[in-house]
Amino acid sequence: MLQDSPLVEIRGLHFGYSGRMIFDEVDIDIQRGKITAIMGPSGTGKTTLLRLIGGQERPVRGTIRVDGANVPGLSRKHLYQLRKKMGMLFQSGALLTDLNVFDNVAFPLREHTDLPDIMIRDLVLIKLQAVGLRGARELMPSALSGGMARRVALARAIALDPMIMMYDEPFSGQDPISMGVLVKLIRELNDALGMTTIIVSHDVNETASIADYLYLLSEGKVVEHGTPERLRQAGSEWTRQFLEGLPDGPVPFHYPAPDFVEELLQFPA
Amino acid sequence: MITQLQHLGQWTLKRFERLGRSHLFLLRVSSGSWGVLARPGLVIQQIFAVGVLSLPIILVAGLFVGMVLALQLYNTMVDFGAEQSLGPVVALSLVRELGPVVTALLFAGRAGSALAAEIGLMKATEQLSSMEMMAVDPLRRIVAPRLVGGLLSLPLLAALFSAVGISGGFFVATGLLGVDSNAYWSQMQANVDLFDDIANGVIKSVVFGMVVTWIAVFEGYDAAPTSEGVARATTRTVVNSSLAVLGLDFILTALMFGDNE
Repeated sequence: MLQDSPLVEIRGLHFGYSGRMIFDEVDIDIQRGKITAIMGPSGTGKTTLLRLIGGQERPVRGTIRVDGANVPGLSRKHLYQLRKKMGMLFQSGALLTDLNVFDNVAFPLREHTDLPDIMIRDLVLIKLQAVGLRGARELMPSALSGGMARRVALARAIALDPMIMMYDEPFSGQDPISMGVLVKLIRELNDALGMTTIIVSHDVNETASIADYLYLLSEGKVVEHGTPERLRQAGSEWTRQFLEGLPDGPVPFHYPAPDFVEELLQFPA
Repeated sequence: MITQLQHLGQWTLKRFERLGRSHLFLLRVSSGSWGVLARPGLVIQQIFAVGVLSLPIILVAGLFVGMVLALQLYNTMVDFGAEQSLGPVVALSLVRELGPVVTALLFAGRAGSALAAEIGLMKATEQLSSMEMMAVDPLRRIVAPRLVGGLLSLPLLAALFSAVGISGGFFVATGLLGVDSNAYWSQMQANVDLFDDIANGVIKSVVFGMVVTWIAVFEGYDAAPTSEGVARATTRTVVNSSLAVLGLDFILTALMFGDNE
């Protein structure tokens, strides 16, 4: 029964800080085994949504169920148990700068298991091989390019074989080759490891190319959701503007201002 | 006038709120500190980082403070014909007062600022967040070993500071000022008490070690995750811990030696 239900089920989510509402009555379902992308303009709270799912933020109202457990209601101990089944790739990679690549990937294994060193070594090499960086295991994070750092962070995130992987802007600031590598890795890891994936991004083409389902967020609401094909064909004008990256449309190019000619002709007081 | 009072009230409330937060933080870290006993390697690493790497500045400062003390005290004591008591006076000044206090001030500048900057940068670069998402409590894994490391390092550094200072005083007293070397050591042995003087000095340095490291790790952990936030955290660490050491020194001295004199 639980296997058929969404892995992540968000209902009536309200969240805000400093008097600003970020989410207002948001409902989202993340289906098991699928890649679901959360997209929207900058500042719509996409990263915050991942932090809410991971229990790093608490909603004002609403429920966030992950594998049946309501995250905001979990005790610290139970939250940490749940997090062992979650992997998260931070935008910066967030590698531990005092550890080399090998020790970064080994970190969660050493913290949460009593495996002998030889087995940890093998597991780390398997994960690094999966992201193509087995040869870089002795390097320190400062010697890695942005794309390599993200791949190491990805190897670390999957070290404990999580049931869900969350990616925070995985493609931002990447060169075309790194971007291609990441796109391939996200899809392959999801399918090979039988994971559920959530990608938060505003890189439309890359994300839509691997996502099974898209949620578009704007101004605290889910504007639209569906498969990438459906949204491209039957989406609203706003959706088309967002997905095709049009400079003008329902989201105007100009910030609201008085008439331009009138303002130019006005004599400043 | 009302606005100024409001600002003052807000400022005071913020300070008290932060003070309360720092105590809750200490409580949470302390409850996690027992876990580091099972992983002594983490604490030893920190003793190296904050203790061993602070040795050069502590030893050099101790040597010069001891030498200057001997010179200054000799000039006064010679007027009373008490120059042969230079040994115990130098030793008491260092063991009771200057050892713990100057070491704590140098420790705040050298190790405290480094701790605050390190933890603040870990926060700014999402390393602490990533640990939380890996179900590793940063308070236990990062903060607790540093707190225990600082707590253990400062008394050891203060002891070395005093030992080097006494030696520096000895070289000046016997080499430059003509004080009898036997008198320097024997008077010191006769007048410095293990419990009244040395133990009280150790208690002071343990308290200072606790307070300086607590302030440093709290400021780092509480820093705004920006370069400016980290800079402010390091500055606040040095300023607040220096003031706390000087204030606590008066209270501890009054409690330990207040009714003797």
